Amino acid sequence: MSIPKNYRWRKFVDQVMRGSTVVATGCAVIPLIAIIGYVLTLGGSALSTQFFTDVYQPPNMAQAAADGSTPAFDPNDPFAGIGVPDDGTAPADGTALESDVYAGGPVGGVLHGIIGTLIITGMGLLFALPIGIFAGIYLSEYRNERYATIVRFCCDVLSGSPSIVAGVVIYILVVIQSQQFSAIAGSLALMILMVPIVTRTTEEMLKLVPESMREAARGLGAPTWYSTFTVIIPAALPGIVTGVMLAFARGAGETAPLILTVLGSNVISTNLFAPMASLPLVAYRYTESPYPGENTLAWGAAFVLMMLVLVMNILVRVATRRRAGASR
Amino acid sequence: MAKQQHAESWSNGKSVFRHGDVPFRIGTVVLASCVVALVFAMGAIMFLSSSEARTAFGWDVLFGQVWNPVATELSEPEFGAWPAVRGTLLSSLVAIVIAAPLALGIGIFLAELCPPKLSTPLSFLVELLAAIPSVIYGVWGVFVFVPFFNQVFSTPVSETLGTYIPWLAGPVATGRGVMVTGIIMAIMILPTIASLTRDVLRLVPNTQREAMLSIGATRWETIWLAVVPYSRAGIIGAVMLGLGRALGETMAATLLIGNSQRISESLFAPATTAASLVANELTNSVSSLHESALITVAFALFGITLVLNLGARLMIWYVDRGMAGGRS
Amino acid sequence: MSSMTISQLAPFYGSRQAVKAVDMQVATQEITAIIGPSGCGKSTVLRCLNRMHETILGASATGTVLLDDEDIYAPGIDATLIRRRVGMVFQQPVAFRTRNIYENVAAGLRLQGMSRKAELDQSVEEALRSAVLWDEVKDVLSKPGTALSGGQQQRLAIARALAIKPDVLLLDEPCSALDPIATANIEELLVQLKTTLTIVIVTHSMQQAARISDQTAVFMVDTTSGNPIGELVEKSSTTNVFTNPSDPRTESYISGRVG
Repeated sequence: MSIPKNYRWRKFVDQVMRGSTVVATGCAVIPLIAIIGYVLTLGGSALSTQFFTDVYQPPNMAQAAADGSTPAFDPNDPFAGIGVPDDGTAPADGTALESDVYAGGPVGGVLHGIIGTLIITGMGLLFALPIGIFAGIYLSEYRNERYATIVRFCCDVLSGSPSIVAGVVIYILVVIQSQQFSAIAGSLALMILMVPIVTRTTEEMLKLVPESMREAARGLGAPTWYSTFTVIIPAALPGIVTGVMLAFARGAGETAPLILTVLGSNVISTNLFAPMASLPLVAYRYTESPYPGENTLAWGAAFVLMMLVLVMNILVRVATRRRAGASR
Repeated sequence: MAKQQHAESWSNGKSVFRHGDVPFRIGTVVLASCVVALVFAMGAIMFLSSSEARTAFGWDVLFGQVWNPVATELSEPEFGAWPAVRGTLLSSLVAIVIAAPLALGIGIFLAELCPPKLSTPLSFLVELLAAIPSVIYGVWGVFVFVPFFNQVFSTPVSETLGTYIPWLAGPVATGRGVMVTGIIMAIMILPTIASLTRDVLRLVPNTQREAMLSIGATRWETIWLAVVPYSRAGIIGAVMLGLGRALGETMAATLLIGNSQRISESLFAPATTAASLVANELTNSVSSLHESALITVAFALFGITLVLNLGARLMIWYVDRGMAGGRS
Repeated sequence: MSSMTISQLAPFYGSRQAVKAVDMQVATQEITAIIGPSGCGKSTVLRCLNRMHETILGASATGTVLLDDEDIYAPGIDATLIRRRVGMVFQQPVAFRTRNIYENVAAGLRLQGMSRKAELDQSVEEALRSAVLWDEVKDVLSKPGTALSGGQQQRLAIARALAIKPDVLLLDEPCSALDPIATANIEELLVQLKTTLTIVIVTHSMQQAARISDQTAVFMVDTTSGNPIGELVEKSSTTNVFTNPSDPRTESYISGRVG
């Protein structure tokens, strides 16, 4: 058979470009594995019973508590003990122990962060659920209306706008007005971010309910509201729960809006009208810290967040087997 | 009409049952309207709260060269966010330049080339990248990626090429800067662009592929000359959505870009972004003018992501509509 | 121009055989029509002749198809080279949406590496003339291909296939989406083309086969084994098939009792 003159070149391009799409896919999967791997190993090594049951301890306090006495002279670190009073107690101002503190191990735990995240995200979800679910019902059951297109677009705007913007708005509305950083302000900011996820997932899941079910209910003479609540929502419930779980996982990982609204805290607080700790804030603040012990806490917090995200996503995957609409 | 008759025959005149549809509709519409109201309220609140800075400086809030919140004996406070705006644009540019081709490759692989059995799990992995909280990218970036990247790329490149090309010049110092931020943001926006690209490629009717194959095109030529052009608008839309995410990314940028107000030509030098400027300074604002200037920056972020979203949705809608029309 | 010799060709979807092994000759300078009820595998067999069948996921074929004297299913033969020589036109008229009329026709030429403007102009005009479309579009060559009517788009597809000067042209129910006038245009065109081209056309219309073809192959569905499977029941000159069918199934199909 006659071989056209540019055939070899075209074949070569074909092979190279097809190969490069595989490489591109690798470029996404490799960082994913690297991030998950590092967080699970480094973060995992930060875990201990104390990590989950204790709250933050300032590094010098933890050091002194662990040692209970003046550290022995270390030839590799001759300045280790300098500044420590002879009686072995930690100095009141805490600064003198710096050299030890920099070498210190884990300091305290993140129980305060875990509790805070559960409260803030849980409340945010509570705020987001009614709006999200009913808006989802509207988008699905009255899907062809012009107004539905507007609602859908506004949903996309909410999910596409930077999360810090939600923080700024709540900062203006709540924090400035009340002169107080508070957990409730954080929940409101997270609500803004969770509403579009719940809405779109609910919509997608309701749309998956076969039209024949709606027609059957209509054929029996049931009004729309009745068939929606007794037939369609129950049928779509697993999917809606999925969307709620995804929204929770997303909300629990949001950091930027919380910086502007709940501020963070180093103690366990359940006061909704006061600053509160939260895991992403723990991860953020302790990453910036110069103390390795606090850096370890950051990794630990990242680990807990990562597990939350992984477990939620895998559960959702297993539970639905269909593409949940949240990413669209 | 028929529906109403059925409802009457079933409800036997129970008026709550029969007339439930009206409150049901009102309820869903009202809660759906909350979504719309949220978008408008966010815009309005930021617009109003930013008026002080906007009237004082006009466009200079965004494009002025000097950001100096604190009044000194020598100078009045001045708010020109150009260093931050520039940092946002540059880091997003780096992100999009890296992510767009990779994501196109991934989308092509997932939609066109990969065996269907592999497509679902691979899609899941890629989308998992989008589920990881951005603060984890920040933590991983600070402790793992920055040191690594410094060693294998920034330092050698700045010492060789950097002596000729100013925007690759050293010193690399801590390694935090525009380039690493851009790369981490590229990883973060990969799944957004890739999964949307995959979705629009799947909308391309098979007839287009067959027509190209039947004139002797290779697999790659079919993809590149028939499938990709057909869904071009949707792919551009996907890239716009990715760009929107990069522009608004806060946590990874705050942790990785170095938060420096100095404008430096080099991509290896620290800079700051609009979102991290807001995250870092809003809660510590020294004056109402300072606060108002920061809110203006946030408002600009909101506005630009809104425009990008609108554009992207229009593009994707165009492909969707084309699929319906293309069949005739 | 090339002849095709099909022997023991058996198309599969996954592990399911779609058509019983086919033996058939396709001669040059003739139009061979493939007719039969829906589901008899006529399109599948046609798509095996330029190896388009295998582009469907899980589809494969065994047997040999000689293009002149070269087996297109021999190991190491690249399907893209086969498709360059054996063109195909589909049921739905396809215009590349992002290309204008000129570029729609030039697509195959550009693949072959033709890039000189004069050369392209000449080949495009030639192809459009062969497809009897030139007079209608010569002033609007830069309009999008999708702006044309269905019948025009189908002739555009034929022009695109002709532009790269194939040896064989396969048509898969090319008129089923068209109105009677457009159909008549295409039929006339095919009769003109057969002097320089080997043509195989799948059609659901017996009248069309009778009007334009020289040879007719009749495919039927065999449901006796429970799994419906297509089979070639008769292949001979069109006159023979329609006036003096040798197989009783052909006879009842022709006279309208089946399908």
